[in-house]
Amino acid sequence: MALMAENISLHISGFNLLRDVSMRVEPGTVTAIVGPNGAGKSSLLKVLTGEMIATTGQVSLNHQPLHTWALEQKAKMLAVLPQHTVLNFPFTADEVVALGRIPHQTGILKDELIVADALKAVDANYLQKRFYTQMSGGEKQRVQLARVLAQIWEPTQLGDQFLVLDEPTSAFDLSHQKLTLEIVRGLAEQGTGVVMVLHDLNLAARCADNLVVFDSGTISAQGSPEEVLTEALISQVFGVKSIIAKHPVTQKPLVIT
Amino acid sequence: MFALGTGTVNISIVDIWQAIIGLFSSGSSSSSSNFSSSSQIHTILFDIRLPRILLALCLGVILAISGAVMQGLFRNPLADPSLIGVSGGASVGASIVIVMAGGWIQSGSALGLSAVAAGAFAGGFIATILVYRLATSEIGTSVTTMLLAGIAIGAIAGALNSLLSYFADNDMLRQISLWQMGNLSTANWSRVAMVAVVAALLVGLFPRDSRALNALLLGESEARHLGIDVQRVKRRLIVLTALGIGTSVAMAGMIGFVGLVVPHAIRLLIGPDHRWLLPGSALAGAILLIIADSLARVVVAPTELPTGILTALLGAPFFVALLIQRRREI
Repeated sequence: MALMAENISLHISGFNLLRDVSMRVEPGTVTAIVGPNGAGKSSLLKVLTGEMIATTGQVSLNHQPLHTWALEQKAKMLAVLPQHTVLNFPFTADEVVALGRIPHQTGILKDELIVADALKAVDANYLQKRFYTQMSGGEKQRVQLARVLAQIWEPTQLGDQFLVLDEPTSAFDLSHQKLTLEIVRGLAEQGTGVVMVLHDLNLAARCADNLVVFDSGTISAQGSPEEVLTEALISQVFGVKSIIAKHPVTQKPLVIT
Repeated sequence: MFALGTGTVNISIVDIWQAIIGLFSSGSSSSSSNFSSSSQIHTILFDIRLPRILLALCLGVILAISGAVMQGLFRNPLADPSLIGVSGGASVGASIVIVMAGGWIQSGSALGLSAVAAGAFAGGFIATILVYRLATSEIGTSVTTMLLAGIAIGAIAGALNSLLSYFADNDMLRQISLWQMGNLSTANWSRVAMVAVVAALLVGLFPRDSRALNALLLGESEARHLGIDVQRVKRRLIVLTALGIGTSVAMAGMIGFVGLVVPHAIRLLIGPDHRWLLPGSALAGAILLIIADSLARVVVAPTELPTGILTALLGAPFFVALLIQRRREI
């Protein structure tokens, strides 16, 4: 089973935002989407998560068209973290994370445990009783990450689970960037399929099994980081001259500009 | 009890008790010695004050709980029915019905009242949808747009109301101006019954969407990803708030700021979780409006202040304080 996009295109008010995009997110793998600003990465995520309906083509979740899943069932399998979440009300961190348990009927006691564990996983258990409105940008983003983790904390009988993240590390310092990638790898090891948009090519190379390079509404290249990241591609897509080296420890490609 | 006792005519607690006891054992006590005075007290208590207190109670519940829901729906703690033009729209709807339907409403019959309420509901509904469409975008509600849309709708509503008053005859004019002041003095048992039904409906139905409202505070797409059918929840909540505001406007005119102040105070006390916020607001709204109405009856005795004036006097400074506080946060 998988989260799959087949030949999707998206036309909105005369613009071709996506053109004939096909990709497949396998459970237990991490897919990173990279590409220049305005390439259509966010539109792709919106179509993948059912936020927008593709003009042509189809998105399916676990062998069933995405829009035919009941909303609550879909929510048990697919959690989505947007780039920004505006919340003007003084919820405490654990109340925000508890919102992630809305699709589940597991009872307050169990939910409390999951909320606490999720906060601990993102190194935010010290925020538990703090007000969301008084946190820093990075703290807010970590609490939101904990919220989507809580949403797919336990496997469901319905099918494989997927997590979609839109630039999860943009507000984070170095240590929390690293932590996020560790969380993502850990989820993949437990069988979750992860898709995320990243800006940092080296972060993407370090943690993705499948790297999708996106440009002008379509996929320029996809495959393992080693296959995809070439000097020619980077100059073609980003218009930047670069050198591809090897990371001395992880042996992953390292893009030096 | 305090509310029952205060008013232009002060009635002692002992007398109230006697009257209540008298009510339950009507046959024997009505033949007591000071018959005329006790029946007078009976009339004041049970035909004038009690319906009025119950009306204040139900309206307080309706206004406060609708305010709380509206703030959740708009994802903005400054949304208030009277500020964003919903009450204005409702009053236009009611005016139209009063002027158009003319004769058979003036009797104050239950049918006439429901027609006015239906008009107010339609007006409030249209205004809510207009403001919502104008002010809500993907990233949330813009306070500026919301308040500006409220001003625009308020202005249109004011103009339409003036126009209708211009064409209305004396009787209608009196009716229109009476309830526009926000007054509970027209309370009678049939009004109480109607408002109580609406209040019960809102108190029964709103809490079922508490979790959906909590999720909506994150944003519409986030709520959808949490498995909430956002379109349906929104439609249901907008219809119900318009019903609540429409009924309250039809019954008592514009009673502003209850829907703003009460949910805010409750949120400060117990947090923004709608599972507690909604019942808390309903309770506090009832208490606040009973107190405000009791005060309205006594501060300038022997005449009365329209209740709407009092809630506005209490609420407006509170609103300004909130604006200042938010400006400091940004």
